[in-house]
Amino acid sequence: MKSIPQIQKELQEKKTTVTEIVHHFLSEIETNKHLNIFVEVFSDDAKTKALEIQEKVNLGKAGKLAGIVIGIKDNICYKNHHVSASSKILENFESLYSSTVVERLLSEDAIIIGRLNCDEFAMGSSNETSVFGAVKNPINPEYVPGGSSGGSAAAVAAGLCHAALGTDTGGSIRQPASFTGTVGLKPTYGRVSRHGIIAYASSFDQVGPITNSVVDAALILEIIAGKDEFDSTASERKVVNYSKELNFSSQTKIAVLKECIESEGLNAGVKNSFLEKVQELKSKGHEVEIIDFPFLEYLVPCYYVLTTAEASSNLSRYDGIHFGYRSKNAFDLESTYKKSRTEGFGKEVKRRIMLGTFVLSAGYYDAYYAKAQKVRRVLRNKLDETFKNYQFILIPTTPNSSFKIGQKNSDPIEMYLEDIFTVLANLAGNPAISVPLGKNGDLPFGIQIMAKNFDEQNLLSFSNTFF
Amino acid sequence: MTKIDKELVDKIAHLARLEFENEAKDEIVKEMNNMLSFVETLNEIDTTGIEPLIYMSDEVNVMREDEISNQVTHKEALKNAPDHDSDYFRVPKFIDKKN
Repeated sequence: MKSIPQIQKELQEKKTTVTEIVHHFLSEIETNKHLNIFVEVFSDDAKTKALEIQEKVNLGKAGKLAGIVIGIKDNICYKNHHVSASSKILENFESLYSSTVVERLLSEDAIIIGRLNCDEFAMGSSNETSVFGAVKNPINPEYVPGGSSGGSAAAVAAGLCHAALGTDTGGSIRQPASFTGTVGLKPTYGRVSRHGIIAYASSFDQVGPITNSVVDAALILEIIAGKDEFDSTASERKVVNYSKELNFSSQTKIAVLKECIESEGLNAGVKNSFLEKVQELKSKGHEVEIIDFPFLEYLVPCYYVLTTAEASSNLSRYDGIHFGYRSKNAFDLESTYKKSRTEGFGKEVKRRIMLGTFVLSAGYYDAYYAKAQKVRRVLRNKLDETFKNYQFILIPTTPNSSFKIGQKNSDPIEMYLEDIFTVLANLAGNPAISVPLGKNGDLPFGIQIMAKNFDEQNLLSFSNTFF
Repeated sequence: MTKIDKELVDKIAHLARLEFENEAKDEIVKEMNNMLSFVETLNEIDTTGIEPLIYMSDEVNVMREDEISNQVTHKEALKNAPDHDSDYFRVPKFIDKKN
C-alpha cells in the first residue's frame, strides 16, 4: 500500500486522478462487502468531491490531503450524514454539524468515503457488539478485527481506504491495529478535539488515525490536532508538523514493564517477538531496562469503574424524546425513557450503564468511584516518575493475536482483559502507538510505545524506526 | 463485600431508566456481582492521602466573548425527534394519568 506522500506525488505527476482513486476504493468496498466493514458508503458524495478536488489539483490549489480517501468510525459526526455509534438507539439519526476532526480533514481536501462499523458506543474489544453485526478480520474472516474501532482497522488492512479515524477510550485504536497489522495512534488526551465525537467516557476518549505507516499517521495527526473553541479540554499547545521530522537517530532510554512481559496470559509468540525486538534495540545502542510496575492487575478494574461511571452519565441523553429511537410500547413519560432505552441499547451498553450508575449512586460513590479516581492518580504519578528516567515505555499492544468470532462472548470480564496493556495510556492520558511487530501464523500482533504527554513528535519518529 | 440482589438491581435500573425482567434480571444480578468482585481488588492499593484525579487536562479557563451565536435552528433541532409538531417535541400524554 502506498503512503500518502507517494499518492500525492502520483497525483502531481498526473499518473492518476482523484476520480480514479475514488472508483478504485468504491469497487474494493463492494468486493469486500462480506467483511461487514462499512456501515454506509458515501459513494455519490465521494464522486462529486473527487471532481472538485481534481480541479483544485489541476490549479495547484489543493490541500494537504488532496486525493486521500478516509473512512470514519461510526461515532464521528459528519454534517447531514447519518451517524449511529452502531446502536439501534441512534438509527436514522443525522448529524446537524461536523466534528472538528472531519472539518479539518475536509478543509485539507480529504474525501470521506463512508462510516465504519464499530462496537456499540465504542464499548467492546472485538467489534461484536455492533447492531450491524460483527466485522470480520480481512486477514482471516473467522477472526475478529479487534475493537472497538474494528471497522476502521479492517478497512485500512483490507485496502478499502488510505486511512481511517478511530476513537480510543481504553485501546480501541491500538488493539484493532495490533490484530490487523496496521498502525494505530492514540494521541495525548487533549491533543485532538472531541467536538462531534459521540461520547463514551469523556476523560478517556481520544480520536486518532489508523494507517499503513507512521508517516501517514503523523500527517493526519498534524491536521486534526490542535485547539478548538468547541472543546475546552483540547490543548492550546502548538501543533508540530510531525510528518516533517520523522528521523530518530539518537540513542535513548526505554523502560519495559516487567509485569507485562511476565504476565501469565502473554502468548509465547508475542513474547518471543517482543524480546527479540528489545535485543535489536539494545544492539542499536539504546538502553532498555526492565522495571517493576506492580499495578498491572488493577488497570482494567480502575478503567471499568471510571469509564462506566462516565458512560452512565453521557448516555443519559438518549431519552427517546429529543432524538433517536422511541419505543412503540411507551405510554407515559417514564415508560418513554425506560422502554426506549431498554429496547434501544444493546446488552453490553446496558451492563456498563448499570455498573456506572451503581458506582455513582449514594452509599457506593466513595467506595468505588472516588477510590478509582485516587488509584488513577497513583497510576499517573507512577508514569510521570517513569518518564523522568526513560523517554519511552515499551510493551506488547495485546497479550495475543486475534481470536475467533464468538470465542470470548460468554464471560464479559475475559473480554475486558483484552485491553490490559492498552488502558494504561488512557488512564494516565499519555500518547501511545501500536505498530506491527510479528505474526502467529498469518495473524499479526503489534508492539506498543508510550511517550510523555504531548511528545507525539518523538513517539512518531521513534516508532518510524520500527519499520 | 457488597452483594447485589434483585432489589438493588431494581433500584439502580430505575435510576438508569432501564428495565430488566425475568432472565435478563437474573443475568444482570450475576454479572454485576462478578464485576464488583473484579473491581474490588482496587482496595488492595493504599490511597491514603491521595487526592482523586478528576481533570485530565492541564488547560485552565479557556475564555471566549459572551456573544450570542445561534448554531442550531428550530427546524434542525426538531429534525431527529421521533415525534414532533411544527413547534414542539411530542411525548405520550401523561398529565391526567395520576391514580
